[in-house]
Amino acid sequence: MLLEVRDLQTHFFTREGVVRAVDGISFSVERGKTLGIVGESGCGKSVTALSIMGLVPKPPARIVGGEVLFEGRDLTTLSERELSDVRGDEIAMVFQDPMTSLNPTLTIGTQLVETLRRHTDVSRQEARRRAIELLEEVQLPKPEQRLKDYPHRLSGGMRQRVMIALALSCNPSLLIADEPTTALDVTVQAQVLDLLDELRRGHDMAMIFITHDMGVIAEVADEVVVMYAGQVVEQASVKELFDRPEHPYTEALLGALPQLEDGTARQQRLTAIAGRPPDLVDPPDGCRFAARCPYAGEPDGCAEHMPALREIRSGHLVRSEHPASERAGRPAGVTS
Amino acid sequence: MSTSGAPLLQVRDLVKRFPVKSGIFIDRTVDYVDAVAGVSFDIAAGETLGLVGESGSGKSTTGFCILQLLRPTSGSVVFDGRELTELGGEELRRVRRDLQIVFQDPYSSLDPRMTVGDIVGEPLVVHRVGTRRERRARVRELLEVVGFDPTFVNRYPHEFSGGQRQRIGIARALALSPRLIVCDEPVSALDVSIQAQIINLLKDLQHEFELAYLFIAHDLAVVRSVSDRIAVMRRGEIVESGPAEVVYTSPREEYTRALLASVPVPDPERMRVRKDERRRLGDAVAM
Repeated sequence: MLLEVRDLQTHFFTREGVVRAVDGISFSVERGKTLGIVGESGCGKSVTALSIMGLVPKPPARIVGGEVLFEGRDLTTLSERELSDVRGDEIAMVFQDPMTSLNPTLTIGTQLVETLRRHTDVSRQEARRRAIELLEEVQLPKPEQRLKDYPHRLSGGMRQRVMIALALSCNPSLLIADEPTTALDVTVQAQVLDLLDELRRGHDMAMIFITHDMGVIAEVADEVVVMYAGQVVEQASVKELFDRPEHPYTEALLGALPQLEDGTARQQRLTAIAGRPPDLVDPPDGCRFAARCPYAGEPDGCAEHMPALREIRSGHLVRSEHPASERAGRPAGVTS
Repeated sequence: MSTSGAPLLQVRDLVKRFPVKSGIFIDRTVDYVDAVAGVSFDIAAGETLGLVGESGSGKSTTGFCILQLLRPTSGSVVFDGRELTELGGEELRRVRRDLQIVFQDPYSSLDPRMTVGDIVGEPLVVHRVGTRRERRARVRELLEVVGFDPTFVNRYPHEFSGGQRQRIGIARALALSPRLIVCDEPVSALDVSIQAQIINLLKDLQHEFELAYLFIAHDLAVVRSVSDRIAVMRRGEIVESGPAEVVYTSPREEYTRALLASVPVPDPERMRVRKDERRRLGDAVAM
C-alpha cells in the first residue's frame, strides 16, 4: 500500500465546541490507483485531504488521533520541515480554485521555475526547459508564451492545467485532487479529467479524487469511499458501488441525481433526502444518518448505537443496520 | 389577460452589446462584444424553457434583458402582449408583479440585515399590497408553501443553510403571484440532496400556480429534469432548440452532442462508451 489512513480523527476546537469534522476514518490507496472520496459539503472530505497533507489550519484544527502511513511512515508524527519535503516530492495537491493557489503577482514561468528549483537541484535554465515540458504535458497551447503570462490572463481550465503542471513538477507518487473540476464548464471538466487520467497512467501515480459529483466518481475512481458526517459509511470498488449500493445514504444520493439519459425525467420527482446532516459538535450516539434514513426503526436500535463498518461482501464495506441486500422485499420508506 | 393563442413571453432578435473598455485612468471603449447576439424564443403559460450553455454563453444576460434589469440594445421582449423594452418607471414596475427572478447564490442575493419576514414581504410593501396585517399573513402563507418553517420569520438569512435560503428567495419571488419566473442557476450552489428538494419544490409550485419558468442552468441533467423545451446557447446565439426529448435524444448540432457527451453520468459502464463519443466530438467544442 502506498497510503494507509487508520482511524484518522481531525477536530476543530471552536467557541461553539469541538467539531468532529473527521471522526475515525480509515482507507488505503494502492500505488497507481485512484481512490474517489464522495460526499456532500461538510462531510469532512476536504479536511481528510488536508490532514493527509498536514495542512489543516492549526488552530483551530488538530489531528487528535489515528495514523497517516505513507510508504510506512506516519506523517502525523513528522515535523513541519519533514512534512514540507514530503509535500513537495511525494504528495502533491490540486485544489478547486486555481486562482487562490496561484500567486497573482508572479508569472506562470516564475512560479514553475521556483517550484522546480526549490525541490530539485537544477540550474535556472534547466528548470525553464523543464517548465516548458510540463506545460506541454498538461497540453497547454503555446507553452513558451504562457511562461510570461500572469494567472489572470488564463481561463479557468488553463489555470487548472497550470496547477496540475505545478503539482507534477516533482513527480509525486500521490496526487490529491480536491474538487479540481467543480468550477469548470462540463466540456472543460471532461478535458481536465481525461488529462488527469492520462497523467496518472503515464507517471504511475496514485490519486485521491475528492468530489461531490457521483458522475465524476463513476468516471475517475477505481475504489470509492462515501463519507457522511465525518465518517466512512460505505466503501467498494467503483463497479460494485454503482451496481449494488448498500448504504441508504448512497442509494439516496444516487436517487437524488437528475438523470441525463432518462426520457421520463420531466414527469418524475427526484428522491430528495429530507432534513440535513447532524451537527458535528454534538453528533448523535447512534447512526449519523438515522434521522434522515427511511429504514431506521426502533427494534434494531441503530439510532442509539453506532453501527460498525462491516464487510458485507468481499471488499464492500458498509456502516448501516439496513443495507440494501439485507432488506430485500421490504418496500422503501416503510419502517418496521 | 393575454390574447388567446399568443405565448406568455415572446423574445425576438434580442441583442445586448457591451463595450470593451481599456485604460487605467481613462476608460476608452476599444471594442464591443455582443453577449446576446440575436436570440428569439417563446414561452407559453405554465411551460418551462430550459436555457443551457457554458459560462459566458450569454444565458444569464438573456434572463436579465427579459426582466429589463439590463436594457437590451435591440430586439423585442413581449410579455402578455406588452412590449417591455418600451416600458419604464411605473408601468414597468406593474409588469414586474408578473415577472420575477430567483438567483443562483442564496448567500449574496438576500439582504443580510433584513429578517426573513421582511425579505419575503418586501415586494408586497413596494407594490402596496394589503394592510400590514394582511401582508404578515401572506408572508407566513408563502413560507409554508415553500416548506420553510414560518416560526422563523424574525430570524436573519445567515442563520440558515443554502437550501433554506433558496426557499426564502423562492417565497419572495412568489409573493406577488407572478406568471413567469426566471430561474438563474437556482440549484447550482446546492448539495445534491438539497438540490433535489428545490427542484421538486419548483415543479410542485409550477403545477399549483401554473407558473412558467425560464430555467437557466449549465447542468444539463438538471435542465432535462425540469424542462418541456430546451434552447442551447453558445457565444450569444441559440444554436439549437426544440422539445427537451428531441434535443437530448437526437441533437442536430455537433456542439450540443459534444456538450451532452461531456456530462459525467453515474454509471461506470456507460462512462466508457461516452468517453469514446466525447473524444470523437472533441473538435466541436474546441474554442
